[in-house]
Amino acid sequence: MSEVITPTPAWQDQIFNVLKEGGIQQVSYVPDAGHAHVIRRVNEDPAMRGIVLTTEEEGVAVASGAWLGGQRHALLMQSSGVGNCINMMSLLQSCRFPFLTLVTMRGEYAEFNPWQVPMSKATQGSMELMGIKVYRAEYADEVEDVVGAALDFAFEGGEQVAVLLSQRLIGRKKWLRN
Amino acid sequence: MSQVQSFAGTIDRREFVSQLIAQCPDVLIVSGLGSATYDVFAAGDRDKNFYLWGAMGGAAAMGMGLALAQPDKSVLVITGDGEQLMGIGALATVNAQNPTNLTIVVLDNGHFGETGMQHSHSSLGTNLTAVAQACGIANAYQVKDMSGLQQVQQNVNERKALTFAQILVKADDLPRALPSRDGVFVKNRFRAALGLAPF
Repeated sequence: MSEVITPTPAWQDQIFNVLKEGGIQQVSYVPDAGHAHVIRRVNEDPAMRGIVLTTEEEGVAVASGAWLGGQRHALLMQSSGVGNCINMMSLLQSCRFPFLTLVTMRGEYAEFNPWQVPMSKATQGSMELMGIKVYRAEYADEVEDVVGAALDFAFEGGEQVAVLLSQRLIGRKKWLRN
Repeated sequence: MSQVQSFAGTIDRREFVSQLIAQCPDVLIVSGLGSATYDVFAAGDRDKNFYLWGAMGGAAAMGMGLALAQPDKSVLVITGDGEQLMGIGALATVNAQNPTNLTIVVLDNGHFGETGMQHSHSSLGTNLTAVAQACGIANAYQVKDMSGLQQVQQNVNERKALTFAQILVKADDLPRALPSRDGVFVKNRFRAALGLAPF
């Protein structure tokens, strides 16, 4: 299988470093291309545990269990997965579990697939309705700072925090293979 | 409803849970909402119990996060068939991590007990033990009478294999036993029992 090797954008490396230096030991995910580098780094790191999920709401519960046992957890998903999490997020509010999720956005910038758009439009609002503070990183040079701020707000401030990583940041998905 | 099957669980769920916990005094417990939470509380309130009152489908996944964070302690998820069915994919997720210190006990009465005893999928042809096995959990088995308690407590205490135990319990409607519904209190009490700061 041939694969086009493209250099990893610096912001993806920075996200991994922020998580690592922030003491995150569990990282759960439903994969997305924008998270692929972080997922690979986590799975290569013996001090971190990568946890592949069948649906994103599992990650909300795993994160709560991790905190109950003294570990910090981050959930990686794409915007379509946020809707899967809604009722499970009541666990975060009822128990005030610190919570960090990084959400790669689809359906907002040069989107090719209209099926991504409805959940994309509802991503920020639905999380805010569930009591989650939503940050957004639009450009590469702000990612490291925003993710770091979200991590501190979650685990030092005891909040439930999401960072939306914009589709513009991630880049256009190539639909045609030559 | 052409597939309704007879579902002849005979185990007294309160007795099973109470004897299991008595034989696993240091175990960390997460209980699924509804009857399982009442059963765990009825066996005696403990600091190392985390009672779910909601988040249906999350018990096994939450227990897994806890088991990974506390690898030297036994973690026991006690939940019902309806709760596990809602989070059925978590069995695949748990298997992929294979925490040998985690035991998932499903008290299966084949019904949604909290909402009027409607049939659940487990009395309509779905075999939860076979599902767990098909998800890769090799140590998955049914318990049909109290003699099976021995194997469950041994799996919990030995921490040698990820375990799924389907306990075939009577479909009866027991008096409710209601633990604290203050999630922040229960969380902080649990963390304190592990020597962790509140929050």
